[in-house]
Parts: sequence; structure tokens; C-alpha cells
Amino acid sequence: MILDVKNLSKRFGGLEALSDVTFELQESEILGLIGPNGAGKTTMFNCINGVYGPTGGTVTFNGENTTNLKTYFMARKGLARTHQIVKPLNELSVLDNVMIGACFGGEGVTLKKAAVIAQEVLDFLRIGDRSDQLAGSLNVGQKKRLEIARALASRPKLLLLDEVLAGLNPSEISEMVNTVKEIRDQGVSIIMIEHVMHAIMNVSDRIIVLDYGRLIAEGSPQEIANNESVIEAYLGDPKLAEKLMQTMD
Amino acid sequence: MKKWQNYFGLGVALLAILGITLWPTITGNAYNREVAFNILRVIALASSLNILLGYTGYVSFGHIVFYGFGGYVGFFFITAVGWSLWPAMLAGGISAGLLAYLLGKAVLRLRGAYFALATIGVNEAMRAFINNFEPFGGPVGMTMNFSVYQDYGGPLEALSMAFYVMAGITALVIITSYLVRSSKFGLGLLAIREDEDAAEVMGVIAPNAKTWAYVLSAIFPGIIGVLFFFKQGNVEPQPAFLLHTSIEWLVMVMLGGQGTVLGPMLGAFGYQQMRGYLLTNDFFKNIQLSVSGGLLLVVVLFVPAGVIGWIRQRFPRLRRILQ
Repeated sequence: MILDVKNLSKRFGGLEALSDVTFELQESEILGLIGPNGAGKTTMFNCINGVYGPTGGTVTFNGENTTNLKTYFMARKGLARTHQIVKPLNELSVLDNVMIGACFGGEGVTLKKAAVIAQEVLDFLRIGDRSDQLAGSLNVGQKKRLEIARALASRPKLLLLDEVLAGLNPSEISEMVNTVKEIRDQGVSIIMIEHVMHAIMNVSDRIIVLDYGRLIAEGSPQEIANNESVIEAYLGDPKLAEKLMQTMD
Repeated sequence: MKKWQNYFGLGVALLAILGITLWPTITGNAYNREVAFNILRVIALASSLNILLGYTGYVSFGHIVFYGFGGYVGFFFITAVGWSLWPAMLAGGISAGLLAYLLGKAVLRLRGAYFALATIGVNEAMRAFINNFEPFGGPVGMTMNFSVYQDYGGPLEALSMAFYVMAGITALVIITSYLVRSSKFGLGLLAIREDEDAAEVMGVIAPNAKTWAYVLSAIFPGIIGVLFFFKQGNVEPQPAFLLHTSIEWLVMVMLGGQGTVLGPMLGAFGYQQMRGYLLTNDFFKNIQLSVSGGLLLVVVLFVPAGVIGWIRQRFPRLRRILQ
């Protein structure tokens, strides 16, 4: 087991962003994390990778209790993530951006080695020809790829992908889905937040669903697609019309 | 990547310093030497500030506090304890570095404008403290007995020696700046400058990296402070902690191009020349600082990357050479 989350809670003042969430992740598994807007998905990532300290519960990463560990130590232990709103280091070259991931995350290689790894990863993500360009000059799709490249350059054990498909066109989406699968095939475990349903259903081994900070469902993509409480969370109560009819009788 | 290109920028910088050093030596003119001393001094100070401002992206308005404090400590050791210049310079550098380390732990949590304001506060607080600290002479400061210069072969020889020491320190600052720029540590600093949160997520231990950048940018001003006040023969709280001097360093860095090795050099040189011209001009001599303020405004509005930064943007091919 690469990640074990137990009873995780996060409270912002009066708002309970996460309450009592428990799940686990096996090695080389792709876990889909879905839920309506504001369900606490990104907060979950922030609690796992140490951007926030959770209010309650524990996170065990690779057999080690990492609850409350700062995010830079998590990165060095082999946890990498991408951001929903991309955070390119604009005034640095694409290569430098990715080298930072290789230099400071995971194994923390030397500059020379980092340059080699960075170029490899950029080639893998098909933006290798952009390495000399400033990161700020990339388009959205390329910036998303850069986010993943930076994360991958640290040779992570676990990769948290936060809406990497948002804002991409259909052909870019299917390309990215293949990329994600290839990354998994290299032995990286992945948790993926996504709103593009057909993609997440296609790529995930298992899916968990958050709503108002609670875990409301867990299962295979099939099970989730037919789960009543999930449909309710997304679309409202499917039996609402029926119930209304009954009360009118 | 060809090897010579990596060292080209450093080579040009060191040659320029050599040129500035040789100019008064060749002309044999004492006035030229004073001019050259001040140019070298501001190049070293601006380049030190650049490690924090340009590489790490933290604006320190009150950076002169390290110059004043280090200078005071070193001066105290020379006059009151009887140390020679060399250990005193070391003491000045170390005390400035130590001050930066402690301050860094406290104020580097602040970001953006809050950090900038805190640095001003620190400088003013330090001046007020020194002003009332009797061992350092309080408001009148300290004066050096001229007999101290005898150890260096007399006052004239001491002045001449101070000039060459200054040149050596400046070269050292430039080499340090270059090494930081091209190191893994420097890459981490650049990441912090661009986006501190993203840098931390990628594994850069930002609190430590920032503190060391702050310390590194404080050590040299401390050393230079000792040398400068040694050469002056006295030290007073008012000029030692002059806030607008600190802001002038900022203008130099911005003018030449923050975040590059050559930028602060060029900016310091250009600014010092302009300052010399303005101070001797009938019309400008009293409003010299307002010209600096206007210049900063123009740079920030129209060429935020500074001269070297602008060239790097315009001619991407030169990026590897102009560091």
C-alpha cells in the first residue's frame, strides 16, 4: 500500500472542508477522485501533500506516518503533484522549470543529471522542442504538460493530478489519458481529480466520490456510474419527481 | 552547451573590474582612485543585494543595515580592541551575516510589501539603537586615531591599500554571485522568486534557502562597511544607516537588470556616473535624488527587467552568454 488515509478531517473556521475521509491506494493503481465543485477534492490533495496540516486523522505514505509533514519534505519523499491552476515559473525556461523538480524533489540529483532527466521527461510529454523557451510563453495545453513534467522529473512514487484535462480539447484529452496510463505503467501510483467523466471512467482502476467533504461512494467506474447517491450529488435526487407525485396524490 | 559560453559572462565581469582597478593605477591620479573606489564599492553592494532581490525576489529596502552594522562592529574592534583591519573585516562580515540569519528567521516569513516594510523598520530600529549605544559612541559615533594607519605604512599607503582590497572584494562578490546563479542552490532561489508555493511543492525548502540567501547578501556589505569606515577614519549613525542610500542600491540593481550577474554591475556603474554628473551640475545638484526616484519609476514601468534583462528578452541567443 502506497498511501493510507484514515479519518482525515480539515476545518477552515466554521467550514468543514473534509470530514472523516478514509481510503487507501495500492501501488501502480490509478484512483479517480470526483465530486461536485467545492466537495473538498483539492483540499484533500493539499492535506495529503502537506500544503495544509489536517485538523484530524492520519496520512501514511509509503509506510511512514506523514501527517503534518511540510510539503517540501513530502516532495523529497517521492510525492509529486500538479496544480489545478497551473503554476509555471514564468521567467525561467521550460527546461529550468523541470530541472527544479528533478533537483529538489525525490532523489535530489545534481544539476547536470537534472538537465538530462528534464529533457527526457519533456520529450516523453512531447514538449521537448520547447525546452529553451520561457515557461510563460507556453499555451494552456503545454503548461499542463509542463506541470506534469515537473512532477515526473522528481521520479515520484505517488503522483497527484489535479484536473490536468480541464481546458484541453478532445484530441488533447485522449492524448493526455494515454500519457497518464503510460506513467502508471512505469510504476507510479496516481490519484487523479477530474471533471471530464468519460476520461476518468476510462482511465481509473477505482473511483472515490466526495460530496460536502464526505466520502459518499467508492468502487469501480461501473459501480460509481450507477451509484444512486453519486447521481444525487451531481444531479440532485433522481426520485425527487416521483416523490413529489406521491405527495400530490 | 559549449563550455566557454558558460564562463563568458564571468570573464567579462572580471575584466571590467580589472579595468576599473587599473585605470587610476595607470593614470596615477588620486582623484580617479576615489572615483574608482566608489564605483567598485557600489558594484559590490548592488551585486550583494541582487542575491536577495534579483535571485530570490525579496525586496530589501533597508539593506544598508548590514553595511552600517558590520561597519560599526569592525570599526569598534579596530579602535577599541586594537585589531588589525583583516580580522575586523571578517568580524564585520560575520556579524552582518549573523544579524541577517536572526532577522531572516523572523521577517522572511513575510512576503512582498510586508517584507520590504519590515526591512525599513529593522534599519531604523538599528540606527536608533546605535544612536543610544555608548560603547559605539552614541550619536557622535567613533573616530579612528591616525596612528592606526602607521601599521599599513602611513595614511597614504593605507588609502591605496584599501582601494586594492576593495577591488579584490568586488571580484569576490561577482564570483560569488556567479556561482550562486549557476548552482542548484541558485536554481532553488529563482524558483522561490517565481512562485514560492510552487517551489515548496517541488521540494525547495524555501525557509532555509531564503535565510541563506539573506545571509549571503548581508556578509559582503558588512565587510565593505568595515573597509569603508576604516578608510574614512570615522563612523556615525546617521550616514551609516542612511535609508536613501539603500534605495539607491535598489535603483542600481533594477536599472541594470535584477537576477543577472552583469546587470547590477552595469547598473551600479551607470548610476554612479550619473550621480557624479548630477551632483556637479548646477541645476540638478540639490534634486539629485528626485532624478533617481524618477529613474526607478521609468525602469519599473517600461523596462522592469532592466538593461541586461531587456537585452536577454530581445535576443534570446545571447541568454547563455549574458548571465
